[in-house]
Amino acid sequence: MSEVTFTCPQTREQALTMYFLEHRAKLLDVAAFLDRLDRAKPASDAVDFRQAALNDAARILTDGKSNRAARILSLLSDDSTELPQSAHGMKGASGAVKPVVKGSR
Amino acid sequence: MRYIDPHIHMVSRTTDDYQRMAMSGCVAVTEPAFWAGFDRSSAQGFFDYFRQLTEYEPRRAAVFGIKHFTWLCINPKEADDPGFAREVVAIIPEFLKCDTVLGIGEIGLNKNTKNELIILEEQIALAEKHNQLVLVHTPHLEDKRKGTRLIMDALSASRIDPGRILIDHIEEHTVAEVLDRGFWAGMTLYPDTKMTPQRAADVIEMFGSERIWMNSAGDWGCSDPLAVPKARLELARRGHPMTLIDKVTFDNPQTFLSQSGRFRI
Repeated sequence: MSEVTFTCPQTREQALTMYFLEHRAKLLDVAAFLDRLDRAKPASDAVDFRQAALNDAARILTDGKSNRAARILSLLSDDSTELPQSAHGMKGASGAVKPVVKGSR
Repeated sequence: MRYIDPHIHMVSRTTDDYQRMAMSGCVAVTEPAFWAGFDRSSAQGFFDYFRQLTEYEPRRAAVFGIKHFTWLCINPKEADDPGFAREVVAIIPEFLKCDTVLGIGEIGLNKNTKNELIILEEQIALAEKHNQLVLVHTPHLEDKRKGTRLIMDALSASRIDPGRILIDHIEEHTVAEVLDRGFWAGMTLYPDTKMTPQRAADVIEMFGSERIWMNSAGDWGCSDPLAVPKARLELARRGHPMTLIDKVTFDNPQTFLSQSGRFRI
């Protein structure tokens, strides 16, 4: 067991009673969003990196291991080490890491 | 009950937000200098902004019995042009004499560029020279972990005690490194891109209540100036003791901010 086991003052049943409906609704939101993507015509044949990231993140939810939030955030994090000189022309953060196309840097 | 919101951009909020915050128990706010949603075209624009932060906002807050303190800097989003950024940094020292200025902030990185890093290092040096507390902005979303590490490395290269630096907008994947390196950690309760009150309560359950605070970072975007009392409620409904709730929403910010000598409530 990890050192953070049982640091929530609630029993598991109490936590479920308090939060189950809220997170049932959030899960349904994700499911409906994925259905919406299915109904939307793609602009290209390539799978959008954000959709791929979401699918990868969803697998973490059910892998039975702890620290899911940190692991999903890590999955969605930029691990590159190079620093661009300037932000000029760069877009805002997208929430997932866009794969670098060879020759684009 | 009383609480401190140690990071909120009241220049972007309406006066009735002050009223609602006061009614919810807010006794003090601290307001870092930030990006106003558009790039300012001159250092004079920052001069006026710093006057607003040091002269006008404390009076507006006082009407509702809230103490208003501030932090000054050029934010990382507008710091990508080093020449322009240095013009702004040059006007900061005269404002450091103001009674409600607690330190330099929110400095940090936005897109993790070399230019941003240069100005970050120069503002760290400014804080060191003037013995100021430091409030740090960490980048958003996929840029956060890389940026947080770059920022911590830059800070560790200075002689500033990490106990006088708060690294804000931490999330589950950055909090451990921030605390392990001796810095304070801030959780921003901000819809969509940062933390919810529920996740903030989870972080406290996982990482404890030492050197950690929470704030709303309420600003011109979708944000909630009552996020801190909502997090208090979240902790209470789980059964956490009031001593813990007060610690993370009042005692801890008071302890950190009081290092400036100007933070008195």
